[in-house]
Amino acid sequence: MTALITPELVLLDPRADDREEVTRSIAGRLAAAGRVTDLEGFLGDVRAREARMPTGLPGGIGIPHARSAHVLAPTVGFARVSGGVDWGAEDGPATLVFLIAAPQGGDEDHLSILAALARRLVHQSFRDELLHAPDEQTVVTVISREVAP
Amino acid sequence: MRFVAVTSCPTGIAHTYMAAEALERAAEAAGHQIHVETQGAAGAQPLDPAAIAAADAVVLGADVEVRDRHRFDGKPIVDVGVKRAISDAPAVIEQAVRAAANASAPVGGPAAPAAASTDPGTSARGAAGAGSATRVRQWLMTGVSYMIPFVAAGGILIAAAFMLAQAVEGEQGAVAVTEVPLTTVSTDFNPLDGMHWAALLFQIGVASFGFLVPALAGYIAFAIADRPGIVPGFVGGALSVAVGAGFLGGIAAGFVGGLIALWLARHEVPRNVRGVMPVVVIPLVSTLLTGTIMLIVLGRPLKALSDGLSDWLTGMTGTNAFVLGAILGLMMAFDMGGPVNKVAYTFATTGLAAAGTATDATQLKIMAAVMAAGMTPPLGLALATRLRPALFTEPERENGNAAWLLGASFITEGAIPFAASDPLRVIPSLMAGSGLTGGLVMAFGSTLRAPHGGIWVTPLIGGVVPYLLSVAVGTVVTAAAVVVLKQLGRDGAAAAAEGTLAAA
Repeated sequence: MTALITPELVLLDPRADDREEVTRSIAGRLAAAGRVTDLEGFLGDVRAREARMPTGLPGGIGIPHARSAHVLAPTVGFARVSGGVDWGAEDGPATLVFLIAAPQGGDEDHLSILAALARRLVHQSFRDELLHAPDEQTVVTVISREVAP
Repeated sequence: MRFVAVTSCPTGIAHTYMAAEALERAAEAAGHQIHVETQGAAGAQPLDPAAIAAADAVVLGADVEVRDRHRFDGKPIVDVGVKRAISDAPAVIEQAVRAAANASAPVGGPAAPAAASTDPGTSARGAAGAGSATRVRQWLMTGVSYMIPFVAAGGILIAAAFMLAQAVEGEQGAVAVTEVPLTTVSTDFNPLDGMHWAALLFQIGVASFGFLVPALAGYIAFAIADRPGIVPGFVGGALSVAVGAGFLGGIAAGFVGGLIALWLARHEVPRNVRGVMPVVVIPLVSTLLTGTIMLIVLGRPLKALSDGLSDWLTGMTGTNAFVLGAILGLMMAFDMGGPVNKVAYTFATTGLAAAGTATDATQLKIMAAVMAAGMTPPLGLALATRLRPALFTEPERENGNAAWLLGASFITEGAIPFAASDPLRVIPSLMAGSGLTGGLVMAFGSTLRAPHGGIWVTPLIGGVVPYLLSVAVGTVVTAAAVVVLKQLGRDGAAAAAEGTLAAA
């Protein structure tokens, strides 16, 4: 099974300062890693979901996500934006952004890993670890450890 | 406290699970138990029916239609949407605690009606994940539990109108009140005229009765398909009334409308139209289909049935009086306001007009038989709920209290809630009592010069004593039959349930 996240999919302080740009820069990594086949198509799907209701949530997180035909394997891209980016949450901008990509016909085993990650997101301790992770590898370790099946 | 919850979101990969986790944390922190079903892309692990049964309240953190929502019928429900479940879970749990406390307060709140709609036996069997028969019964019960208030309110108002009219106008009062035009009440109301008050009660009661079949159909469909079922159900029910299909047609409309709506809701659709599905597309398409079926498929056969029965009855004039009375009685009780009942009733009232001023015409005996046979169904059921309350659900027992008055007033509709929730056992029982009563009244030769009114037109009945005796006999027969059949059914079902458990 492909790893949910690898260091190449982690961006620490990317040069991007709005929702669209942050999403695009993470998605670019997913495309480069060969997990997303059509960058624009995938971004369109994410945008469509975001348009229904922004995915920003309390605790400074944004979780743009989509089930998309352009996704090959369940993947999480991560960006930490110290300055924060408005993600539509009531309590302020998001500093932790998880771009969750699921294949359209993904089987339940794969999708349950994403489910496990989503569950961790509501835990303050998990978010704190990611906020203070010194490098990309640490982020990968923290996420992988928490969502291990 | 114990809670169950369902979470869901449009994509089904993130919010669904975050909400589940947040609710679980919040419940735990507040010292409660919660089981969450995540209806997401990773597949839903269905809630243990035992957990649902034990739950004090249900939390729905869902942005898309909750699947199998009818499992929670009767439970207090806190419906907050997925985002609030994530961002404000502790407050949501608190809300659920309050909802549970309100629902268990001794005075039943407005959330209560569906609550008691399943008797312990049924819910236990439902909980065991029993077969489709149980589900069908639960759907019916939901429809019935929402219909009962319409029956009770409308029926009591109409009966009160008869009573008042009789007090004001004497023996013809109960007949006269139904002939007061609506405009007399709406534009020329005179508070000093007792008949105007009676007409006011009557018109409101009739309006309430107008919802009886639509509400039955609408809430059956609601139980099946949740909110998208409401429109096809109500409209199908109204059309059932329009084509004269009565409450049996309404039950059919409820199932047709609900199942079509459910089927449409399960369709995968492109995401750009998903938003308008529940609001526009599903109601529109399901209502069109249901309405078409009700009008085109039901209309013609019903007309043929009515015509055939009418001709048959007309041809029977001159046969043995008891037989004719019994047949009319059976017809009155068969569908209570449906096509068969209407044929018998119309046959009687048409004859009434033809009888003119004669005092001993056969037509007057037929009218007496028909009214008597229309009084025993509610009376018999009222008696049965008194004799064996345990065989009936709480709403049915309540309805049983009103049914005394409704039956005495020849408002046969008082029996519909019972018949709708358990047609196979109740309808034959009603027919047994009504058939016997109709036959007896004809044989005794009692007469009646009014088309309706029940005991409120007693002065217009010739041969009152045998008339009332016949009604009493039919009432007892119906009550006995219902009790026996329900008892048999219950024992059979209990045995079957045990068998299932043993096999499992």
